[in-house]
Amino acid sequence: MYVRPALLLAAVVALSGCGSSPETTAATGAKPTAEASAAVVPAAQGLTISDPWVKTVKKGMTAAFGTLVNDTGADLTVTAGASPLSPVIELHEVVDSGGKMVMRPKEGGFVVPAGGKHELRPGGDHIMLMGVSEEVKPGARISFTLTVKGGAPLEFTAIGKDFAGGEEDYQPGMEH
Amino acid sequence: MRGISRRGLFVAGAASAAATAVGGSAQASAGSGVEAFHGAHQAGVATVPQAHAVFVAFDLLPDTGTEALTRLLPLLTDDARRLTQGRPALADTEPELAAGPARLTVTFGFGPGLFAAAKKDSPVRPLPAFETDKLDKRWSGGDLLVQICADDSLTVAHALRMIVKDARSFAGVRWTQRGFRSAAGAPGATQRNLMGQLDGTVNPTDLDRAVWIDDGPAWLRGGTTLVLRRIRMNLETWDAADRVAREFTIGRRLDTGAPLTGRAERDEPDFDRLNRLGFPVISEYAHIRRARTADPGSRILRRPYNYDEGVSADGKSDSGLLFASYQADVERQFVPVQRRLAEGDLLNEWVTTIGSAVFAIPPGCTAEGWIGDGLLA
Repeated sequence: MYVRPALLLAAVVALSGCGSSPETTAATGAKPTAEASAAVVPAAQGLTISDPWVKTVKKGMTAAFGTLVNDTGADLTVTAGASPLSPVIELHEVVDSGGKMVMRPKEGGFVVPAGGKHELRPGGDHIMLMGVSEEVKPGARISFTLTVKGGAPLEFTAIGKDFAGGEEDYQPGMEH
Repeated sequence: MRGISRRGLFVAGAASAAATAVGGSAQASAGSGVEAFHGAHQAGVATVPQAHAVFVAFDLLPDTGTEALTRLLPLLTDDARRLTQGRPALADTEPELAAGPARLTVTFGFGPGLFAAAKKDSPVRPLPAFETDKLDKRWSGGDLLVQICADDSLTVAHALRMIVKDARSFAGVRWTQRGFRSAAGAPGATQRNLMGQLDGTVNPTDLDRAVWIDDGPAWLRGGTTLVLRRIRMNLETWDAADRVAREFTIGRRLDTGAPLTGRAERDEPDFDRLNRLGFPVISEYAHIRRARTADPGSRILRRPYNYDEGVSADGKSDSGLLFASYQADVERQFVPVQRRLAEGDLLNEWVTTIGSAVFAIPPGCTAEGWIGDGLLA
């Protein structure tokens, strides 16, 4: 009796996943532009990410995590992500929608408060990769670029880690 | 009953509160100790032995070659680097368990099979056969060793869990061997084994000569070798031996650990002294005579842990020693001692080696590096 709601919840999250949200364009894999690169806040002094990692996957969907750190005096907003690993990348949140935990693109991207942190973690905000065609092996080094509104893009390398949990454990072939 | 119960409860309650407070502070102090991870040598060899240990050996999967090893070893190094410093591993599902490092050390060793998988020459090979050995495959060999030691067994369990989770895409677990030492007593004091003997009195003091490798392949300099022997003790027949027989067997007194010719544990044994009948006080076949290495620079570094597994239905113990020996050169330092013991050590009546494994222990790494990078990167 105690376990069942938890199991159900996990199942709902796993099944509903990205499919519940039609707005795939909102924060989709834009490459960093020259405009963004020339922006006011240099990445070195602006946004950083600590402990970035990607859940290993054969192909299909997976997610990347880490802690975004904002050393500046102003809020910074991550508006898009890109990686050679996947043609389609979205910035996701997990929300309670009528009693179900569902994932969907996060409106407006990830806001990292001035002088603060924003954690990307399984069950919370994360960088969602769709259509991964090449296996992400444990220990692999995967490069990412995050577009920062009004700032330089944040480039980093995330490490492939085997990880059992997380709602991003989808069956390949699910539609979006 | 009513008369005593209240007062009894109060006293008991106060006592238990005091015990909790003491236990709590002991726990906190045991849990907060940190051993450095980076350096010329890996931690866990010269480190003052922690109270708990697990040795886990992996067999690499058939498709784990050099490329896979250059992903596996950075992953495991990263886990060790974080956990030993009291930080959660990357993607740690139980980050709270990392908070008390309890002097955690995580030490990596490479067996002959790892070198074969990486198509490199192996600096180590299995020991020669000894007549007294009764080796069980279940406790022998292994391609990759991870030695995890801490003063808190919860810390050890969490580190083992993290390491195994990160290794299993690359390797299967061949064996795990758990051991313990007395958690009380002065740090670094000689421990007692389950036969009641002080065990590990004579250790080298100059580790640069005896333990750390300073020649041969450049990648191994600053490293060492580990021989891990699982030595079963027959405590049922040992029970039948009286104290005189026990002390005669070892050549030392049980209480102080002093040689039979001396007064204190650290006294030099006098192997030439004869008793009134003209026989050596320390027998020709006493353990300390057979195990003796005259040149201190050739001595092995012993860092043993006791094991004590389940008791059988008829009350017999499954006990012994995880005999961990570190030395610069296995053939030169370990093998001659083991040969002398196998040829005639009175202790053989009660102990049998049932597991044996040999590993090269690579040197330490930098903050940017990983264990084995000199060999594989």
